[in-house]
Amino acid sequence: MDLAEYRSAARAWLAENLPASDPKTFMAALHDAGYSGITWPAEWGGQGLTQAEERAFAAVARDFSLPTYVFSIGLGMCGPTLLDRGTPAQKERYVRRLLRGEEIWCQLFSEPGAGSDVAGLQAKAERVEGGWLVNGQKVWTSVAQHADLGLLLTRTNVDVPKHKGLTMFVVDMHAPGVTVRPLRDMTGRSNFNEIFFDDVHIPDENRIGDVDDGWSVAVTTLLHERLSISSGVGMSGQRDDPSSFEALSASVDTGDPVVRDQLVELYVRSRALALFNQRLAQETKAGIFPGARGSAAKLLLAELTSFGADLGVSLAGPEAVADGHPLGAALALAPALSLGGGTNEIMRNIIGDRVLNLPPEPRVDKNVPFKDLKVNS
Amino acid sequence: MNLLLTGEQRELRAAVRSFLTTVNPRDGYAPSGYERLNGELGLGGLIVPEEYGGSGAGHRDLAVVLEETGAALLPGPFLATVFAAIVLGELGAKEQLAAIAAGTPATVGPLWGGGVTESGGALTGEALFVNGAEAELVLVRTPQGVFACRGTASPVETLDITRSQARIRFDGEPALALGELPARASDLIAVALAAEQLGVLRAALAAIVEYAKVRVAFGRQIGSYQGVKHKLADLHCALEQAESIVRYAAWTADEDPEELPKAAALAQAYVGRACFQAAKESLLLHGGIGFTWEHDAHLYYKRAKSDEVLLGPPRIHRAKLADLLEL
Ligand SMILES: Cc1cc2nc3c(=O)[nH]c(=O)nc-3n(C[C@H](O)[C@H](O)[C@H](O)COP(=O)(O)OP(=O)(O)OC[C@H]3O[C@@H](n4cnc5c(N)ncnc54)[C@H](O)[C@@H]3O)c2cc1C
Repeated sequence: MDLAEYRSAARAWLAENLPASDPKTFMAALHDAGYSGITWPAEWGGQGLTQAEERAFAAVARDFSLPTYVFSIGLGMCGPTLLDRGTPAQKERYVRRLLRGEEIWCQLFSEPGAGSDVAGLQAKAERVEGGWLVNGQKVWTSVAQHADLGLLLTRTNVDVPKHKGLTMFVVDMHAPGVTVRPLRDMTGRSNFNEIFFDDVHIPDENRIGDVDDGWSVAVTTLLHERLSISSGVGMSGQRDDPSSFEALSASVDTGDPVVRDQLVELYVRSRALALFNQRLAQETKAGIFPGARGSAAKLLLAELTSFGADLGVSLAGPEAVADGHPLGAALALAPALSLGGGTNEIMRNIIGDRVLNLPPEPRVDKNVPFKDLKVNS
Repeated sequence: MNLLLTGEQRELRAAVRSFLTTVNPRDGYAPSGYERLNGELGLGGLIVPEEYGGSGAGHRDLAVVLEETGAALLPGPFLATVFAAIVLGELGAKEQLAAIAAGTPATVGPLWGGGVTESGGALTGEALFVNGAEAELVLVRTPQGVFACRGTASPVETLDITRSQARIRFDGEPALALGELPARASDLIAVALAAEQLGVLRAALAAIVEYAKVRVAFGRQIGSYQGVKHKLADLHCALEQAESIVRYAAWTADEDPEELPKAAALAQAYVGRACFQAAKESLLLHGGIGFTWEHDAHLYYKRAKSDEVLLGPPRIHRAKLADLLEL
């Protein structure tokens, strides 16, 4: 089937199956129809297709509202990490259920003291009989209040430099000692949480990768995170985005040439990014993995989102900031994309260091044992 | 839609790139170099149909070549001749197309505004022509259509010393009528120019990225400072988008005539400005050396701005987009 046919079949399926009764039922149906885990190996419950189909589906899905938000962390980050770094037994246990929406995942990396510099985290895992005991706190954890499982990055060794003493686990979010407290974010809703771990026991079979090699696993997750954010994989549709070019040009008075020019700017930026994403998809299909260039797509999306929301509110005027106007809501949500998944500054560091190969900044934290390092308390 | 280069296009790029390594943008027009360019590489008649002695290549191939000539700041009438070939191709002017395939340097103008009119088969007036003094075949846009005509060319001083221009005067010289200029020709010219601008952008960025790896200040390379690194990261983002747009616009030129006008306006609206932005930042981040005559940074800077206004004030592309988007 060529991509055009693939797209029209996907469109027809979505039109028929939306709106859905509830997210979990929808995910199971999506999986049955072959649209969940499009690029994932068939062996573990995926469809065994390419990024081209994945992005084609995401492009079609943008015209709809998919109730997939709660699955986005699992689909975009945790699942791909399991595929890259999990054992066959772990893949068998988790992947298919993730794709069918039977288990919801969250990503437990950031802590109050460590976000951009996530390798500076302090939640610790200690070896005990039959596994590990975890104590510490995580924060800004999206969808954790709904999650069944979490990908948890912990410190297992303080006598080595910070990147060398981390270990990754799968944690059961319903295990004794796990406390999830929703945090109200700036949109007024509770999409992210703080999580407390008090003597939480994790069996050793839940460890992903080697002991003290968790950083290399985390890097895999973060790479997938940027690519999935920029390509919209697992995200709900943008049909309702009130600050898109289409929505704004239909809703504001374009009689004023200044307004027209501002909308042209939005169009130009939107098209530029859409075409870049399309080119990345075609490259991936041709076997060229975008790697750190995904950070460029993520940064551009964050900036475009913020630009569109800002422009939308400014064009609409005072109405936009009253009475729960969708443009006001879009403006309140926009910073999420510039912060989650790595801030704009961190994206620029990555592009500079890994794409342009510019010299790194001098580091004071690379070769110092973690216990001697300055960290947030 | 395909936004990637084919294997053949990558070979073409490599061949052109290696040929251009010896080019010095300050040397001016070197007819002997152009003989090799047109002969060995067959670039003169690249988009001229094979039946008139050209290679019959598409606009995607042309974009690949222009990106390289842009990056090298190739002096002389290459771009002007491409513009002329585009116009002649759209007009179906066989004889003139054959002349271009045979290596005749050409130009078309004015690219913006008027100044020349036809009456009774003769032209009067004057206008600016890119490489007007080097061109042997001069195509003149008038309200009455396109004509081939030789006037009196006086070279003018140009901001961009790597691309000459001339004011050509017509005092009733007899002119050969070639027909009404189809709108499509202007779009194809806009796409071709965007491809050159992509090359200029890429080269200006590459130059400063390399410099940032070796220039030291306060005990470390300047590229390790975020004030520098983050600007370069942003320019890299612009480059990625500019390349995507140029590939897309060139694809519409070959495959999707309906989409071409919008793609051409998009290409000029985005790539023109991104190119100047890159050239400007590149110059500034070079420090004082960037402001010297000897350094090439100002050549990119001036080429970028000259290109951005070559087809008219940049707002016209945005205004055209607004119209096409029915705003
Ligand atoms: C909506 C949302 C959802 C999130 N979801 C999750 C989740 O599901 N799981 C999870 O683990 N985390 C999640 N996060 C956390 C997110 O990854 C962090 O907030 C982010 O990485 C920034 O870390 P920080 O908050 O500690 O800020 P800091 O790291 O303290 O950064 C503060 C400022 O300093 C800048 N800065 C820091 N280091 C550098 C540097 N080297 N160079 C230049 N500037 C620098 C930053 O760019 C920022 O502007 C989420 C965040 C948001 C907003």
